Amino acid sequence: MDYLLTDEQKMIRDLARKIAEEKIRPVAAKHDQTEEFPWEVIKVIAESDLFGLFIPEEYGGMSVNVFNLCLATEELSRACGGIAVCYAASALGTFPIVLFGNDAQKKKYLPDLAKGKKLAAFGITEPEAGSDASAIKTTARKEGKHYILNGMKHFITNGGDAETYVVIAMTDKNKGARGASAFILEKGMPGFTFGKKEEKLGIRASSTRELIFTDCKVPEENLLSREGMGFIVTMKTFDMSRPGVAAQGLGIAQGALDVAVKYAKERHQFGKSISSFQGIQWMLADMATKIEAARALIYACAREIDAGCKDVGKDSAMAKLYASDVAMQVSTDAVQILGGYGYMRDYPAEKYMRDAKITQIYEGTNQIQRSIIALQLIKEMAK
Amino acid sequence: MKIIVCLKQVPETTEVRINPQTNTLIREGVKSIINPFDMYAIEEAVRLKEKFSGSVIALTMGPPQAEAALKEAISMGIDEGILVCDRAFAGSDTWATSYTLAGAIKKIGGFDLILCGKQASDGDTAQVGPGISTHLDIPQVTYVKKIEEVKDKLMRVERMLEEGYEIIETPLPALLTVVKEINEPRLPSLKGMMRAKQAKITLWGEKDLALDPQQIGLCGSPTQVVKIFTPPQRVGGQMLKGEVPEVVDKLVELLKGEIV
Repeated sequence: MDYLLTDEQKMIRDLARKIAEEKIRPVAAKHDQTEEFPWEVIKVIAESDLFGLFIPEEYGGMSVNVFNLCLATEELSRACGGIAVCYAASALGTFPIVLFGNDAQKKKYLPDLAKGKKLAAFGITEPEAGSDASAIKTTARKEGKHYILNGMKHFITNGGDAETYVVIAMTDKNKGARGASAFILEKGMPGFTFGKKEEKLGIRASSTRELIFTDCKVPEENLLSREGMGFIVTMKTFDMSRPGVAAQGLGIAQGALDVAVKYAKERHQFGKSISSFQGIQWMLADMATKIEAARALIYACAREIDAGCKDVGKDSAMAKLYASDVAMQVSTDAVQILGGYGYMRDYPAEKYMRDAKITQIYEGTNQIQRSIIALQLIKEMAK
Repeated sequence: MKIIVCLKQVPETTEVRINPQTNTLIREGVKSIINPFDMYAIEEAVRLKEKFSGSVIALTMGPPQAEAALKEAISMGIDEGILVCDRAFAGSDTWATSYTLAGAIKKIGGFDLILCGKQASDGDTAQVGPGISTHLDIPQVTYVKKIEEVKDKLMRVERMLEEGYEIIETPLPALLTVVKEINEPRLPSLKGMMRAKQAKITLWGEKDLALDPQQIGLCGSPTQVVKIFTPPQRVGGQMLKGEVPEVVDKLVELLKGEIV
């Protein structure tokens, strides 16, 4: 479907596609197997300026544009969802600074992130605070000109490999959700260490680690916005970043469909190509239709965010929910179309299925997305 | 350091189709790209610029659409592009092409280094680079796989041979043709692509260059293409048919009897 992209958007899409085809696809299986962080690809992405897509021009970026970020993430994910998330997770860790940072914080952190010299990460999840983000236990206590952080975060994408972190900690436990605050942390700050690297089902090229704070001293100027703004920072960040996760799902789905169509044309059974069988044709048709619907939803939502529309929470939840469910369905069907070959690691289908699963889980499970959508619906009805 | 990179736009295929009447390439319906070997020259030029500062000009001769190749070079970090384009240059062979490009390079003037790919993927002659240096009367080093050192108008390079390499020191200005072992060309950057989109390509025609009309275009080309064709695919051989075990037995027998 022609989405009438501008020349600039086509440029971004084509460049990301080139990187995906020439630099990511040849190494995707290797990183999936070894779980090695794809620094060589990150360097290429950095040199291509794609890290600038979520950072304003005045701080060395190309301007903040969710639509462009989605185009890039979609294309990179088409070759490897794991490598693409190393890129997209840096956007997630950068958004809080872009949205809530003061000029000094932006000047200090954004230029290196825009050039891809450093990666960013966002830390809110804890062992006992997943969907219920208000249950976080990490604390930040003010002491002179510093905040002292204690506690831990887990399942942090880019954890250990990123240099810049935005971490949510409780500055006032008694206030519940309104007692949370957001801080910018740097790798190497005293008392800031990393736990073990998780072994994962999919997106294995990306790193996922625990962040551990033991009397970690953070200068007071690293507080983002004000004390108590931690959850607002988180919610606004997720509103911006969810279309990116959706685009990751979309790219994975498209990559899986590409594999399935190619295989269906090549594979012969009963003396003819299996793509001539209606059973296969109908599966491919459904897969393609779902992908196109997901793409239309994501692009519409991203355009809405870039245009500055308010209350995009429901729409960005819909985009994330739908595209990630499509990613799971389409990649599962792709494995089915490849049959026994689909189940084998020597063939590319099963990786898409493993990579797809996480998109239904992180940055808010799809159950949470449905709650966001439903609550907003009910709220709108009450007006 | 002032560097000139000569590049050629070629069809993106190794199976060029040929018009049997005119003996020229059929370009319609085939995507055009920068000659892959020239990509290494572009990359090396950009790296030298990053290291020693200076400027890099990309130069090509071709039809108006060759502007796209120059813009792509700009997206990789080349500063400006010059397209030598005129009906009078049509039908140039490697002599006329290198003569014309040398004329354009004289007009640019003041350069330290000219870089070319070792050959073009369509014509495969590897003559234009050396031809340019001869017309300009400057030293040439072909098949360069590494630039070891640059200092005080001197350059030391490694030149690839069939077995091993030789180290050559040459005064500058000089012309080098490079092989793919020299580097890994970068992808374009977004900022480079935006710059390329806005870049104005300089167009030079016959009137802009001080050239001998007898040495340009078809009439300045001593090469006569008598016939050009795609060699037929090799046919023949013996196909063994039947069940796999039978075929294997037969093959082993044949190998034993006839070849081994």
